[in-house]
Amino acid sequence: MLETITVRVFRGDANGGEEKEYRVKTFPGMVVLDAIHQIQAEQDSTVACRWNCKAAKCGSCSAEINGKPRLMCKSRIEDYYGEDGIIRVHPLKTFPLIKDLVTDVSWNYKTAEKIAPLSVSSGVPRPFRMQQVDVERVQEFRKCIECFLCQNVCHILRDHNRKDGYFGPRFMVKLASLDMHPLDEIDRRAQLHSEAGVGYCNITKCCEELCPEHIHITDNAIIPLKERVADEYYDPLKKVIRLIFGRNGRKMPVSSSSKK
Amino acid sequence: MEAYREHAFDVLIVGAGGAGLRAAISVMEAGLSCGIVCKSLLGKAHTVMAEGGAAAALGNMNDGDSWEWHFVHTMKGGGYLNNPLIVEIYAKEAPERVRELEEYGAVFDRTPEGLIAQRTFGGHVPFKRLAHVGDRTGLEIIRTLQDKAVSLKPKIFMEMTVIRLLKDGGRVVGALAYDRHTGEFIVFHARAVVLATGGWGRMYKFTSNSWESTGDGAAMAFEAGAELIDMEMVQFHPTGMVWPPGVRGILVTEGVRAEGGFLRNSKGERFMFNPEYMTDVYRGKFAETEEEALAWLSDSRKHRSPPELLPRDVVARAIYKEVRAGRGSPHGGVFLDVSHRGEEYIKRKLPSMYEQFRALGDIDITKEPMEIYPTIHYTMGGIRVEPETCASSLPGLFAAGECAGGLHGANRLGGNSLTDILVFGKRAGDGAVQYAQSVSGGKASAEEIEEEMATMLAPLNAASGENPYVLAQELQEAMQKGAMIERTEAGLLECLDKVMELQKRAKSLRVEGDRCYNPGWHTARDLQFTLRISEIIVRCALERKESRGAQWRSDYPGLSEEWGKKNLVAVKEGDSVKIMERPLPEMPPHLKAIMEEKK
Ligand code: SF4
Ligand code: SF4
Ligand code: FES
Repeated sequence: MLETITVRVFRGDANGGEEKEYRVKTFPGMVVLDAIHQIQAEQDSTVACRWNCKAAKCGSCSAEINGKPRLMCKSRIEDYYGEDGIIRVHPLKTFPLIKDLVTDVSWNYKTAEKIAPLSVSSGVPRPFRMQQVDVERVQEFRKCIECFLCQNVCHILRDHNRKDGYFGPRFMVKLASLDMHPLDEIDRRAQLHSEAGVGYCNITKCCEELCPEHIHITDNAIIPLKERVADEYYDPLKKVIRLIFGRNGRKMPVSSSSKK
Repeated sequence: MEAYREHAFDVLIVGAGGAGLRAAISVMEAGLSCGIVCKSLLGKAHTVMAEGGAAAALGNMNDGDSWEWHFVHTMKGGGYLNNPLIVEIYAKEAPERVRELEEYGAVFDRTPEGLIAQRTFGGHVPFKRLAHVGDRTGLEIIRTLQDKAVSLKPKIFMEMTVIRLLKDGGRVVGALAYDRHTGEFIVFHARAVVLATGGWGRMYKFTSNSWESTGDGAAMAFEAGAELIDMEMVQFHPTGMVWPPGVRGILVTEGVRAEGGFLRNSKGERFMFNPEYMTDVYRGKFAETEEEALAWLSDSRKHRSPPELLPRDVVARAIYKEVRAGRGSPHGGVFLDVSHRGEEYIKRKLPSMYEQFRALGDIDITKEPMEIYPTIHYTMGGIRVEPETCASSLPGLFAAGECAGGLHGANRLGGNSLTDILVFGKRAGDGAVQYAQSVSGGKASAEEIEEEMATMLAPLNAASGENPYVLAQELQEAMQKGAMIERTEAGLLECLDKVMELQKRAKSLRVEGDRCYNPGWHTARDLQFTLRISEIIVRCALERKESRGAQWRSDYPGLSEEWGKKNLVAVKEGDSVKIMERPLPEMPPHLKAIMEEKK
């Protein structure tokens, strides 16, 4: 491992900015977040970044390291500097910049508000009984630490800025966790189809590849959601039934296995 | 004069970890207006880092658990310094609060019958009491409460730091905060304020705590005149990561031991079997041979549990002594090995530990042992509160969760924090609602606002002064050395001198830059909180001349009957810290009877 490396940190705000270079002493096991902390403590205490757990559990320290969206606290420096000993650290591109490595991710929180929480009919006996096999998928989705790296990389949000049309992979995962919950009684298909915009996703899987929690965002969440929506909206027979009988807003009290 | 924005709520909640969010749910459900202020983004508070589980006598494992047993274990684990009335409420209400989380959307691991699965933890044995989701229970709980709270639409202010409680005479009527993005000041007017600001580990060098754990809530309450209790009691979690240096102090869940992990020294011995480490209250209750401990793995009802599952204070001390005796691992810890449970099991039960060591420590825990050493983890002491309402000694001020004291006494059992925040988050919310409905709005003191804004801005305007990072580091060195796991009068006095010197130097700080998202500037204010709290910790540790729970005075090695009858209370007098002895609350007869019966 090199004894010192060069960290080029993007410095700036909404009005623009540029990379600034810092020389940083290394130590075994060092992660990119350590380098930023060292810069703050020893060279420039105005460098702004977010962090909390330093153990890849809170999802605060997202940034683009050498152009790759990553958690800074989980990124070992030796995996990122090349022969030139340089690491470049930039803020997430998809969200408006506040300062340096800190971006305004409030859109995500506003989007979360649009999703109704779990609702279980009063007829379901308490305490709940659910089998482990039936909640495993939901538990996978609930591992999400809201790092918003998937939101950052999704081209629908990043390149096309369709934040008005698509909730993004993070919230597909959230909707899936509710939709596949064995006891949830809300029919979420209409929302998925319309304002959440599941149809926008064209399954490039960029989100799934970089999820630090290894959630199978596309395979396990988005594709099954697309299928459920397609069943409802594009099945010609269903369409006729809907025209005649009106839309049955309630999800049948299906067992989770039949939902899968 | 400096400008500020203003907001008014019936109840203001400071902190959005589990306790703050649960309090907010109560306030919103009561139909009052509620503002929540938090230092980080929503969902990133310390609750997210809790791993092992939430203790509650649900009895889902059919092992005969009951609230009475949970009560007894919590008192015992806390060295009987806990407030028994708080512990009673806690043990009784924890199951209901956990089940309520399922209603809000939490998805715990299940038993074969489909109920919430429970695991055991240190001090709870023989009962399997901790509701859990693998080793990410805290994430499950904070996300669940976050979603529920958000759906009730309180007003949430993220990335704002509250720096002062505002009073009208003797009553708390609001708080002053600054916006971390812009540096603007905000005055919150409220009829009741709930502090749910968490603990304080950042004055120590090796800690599992994030930057947020600077003790703001306890320090602000103290400065405003509230009583703090048990402040000498700082928990050293037995198992923090040791190597590489970048990860030193990061938590390794107690779940590793609960799932059968062994602790070994460099000679390969499972040193927890050493009778020297056993304490009187637990003698005879744990396996005494490795064979018995192994048998426990396959049948936990028939056999006594391994001594690795003694309470945290006991295990942390043993590890410390092993390393001191020269039986440590290469990087100055001991070994924790769970590899005998097999890859599939470990990946299922401890997935985030597996990932943490793989990515950060280059260790495959399904094949190799981990190196661990105690890390500063939790603070038992805090704002003194009333059991039923969580009211502090200041009218209008309530406290819940880690920033409050009384539930855990001298040592907290693993798993008792995640239900603490639920039970007393709710109670603090309810208490604040009741209070807010009974009083009219007060008027915040304009002088206090002015004074605090000036203090906050001083380091930015100063022509010269000290660097807050340097002082923070010196404080960490001093506390790590003098007020850590083993304490002596000489060491504590030296530490106190250093803290007082740093307090003086911290009167003139200087930072670069402007008010927009400036970590140096934020650190300058946090430092004042940690310095004050450090002083209180050290003064209380000096005062308590015995060893009990987390307080280990090697110059007073035994339990003292006298000291077992009182708590230490810290309160501000003039500008200094006054420490008072306060007799423990009387234990009512029905609780005495339970203690007697379940000895
Ligand atoms: S798979 Fe879908 S959600 Fe994921 S990045 Fe591609 S388009 Fe976006
Ligand atoms: S789904 Fe994965 S990448 Fe997306 S926010 Fe959650 S943890 Fe991050
Ligand atoms: S600091 Fe928590 S994920 Fe990096």
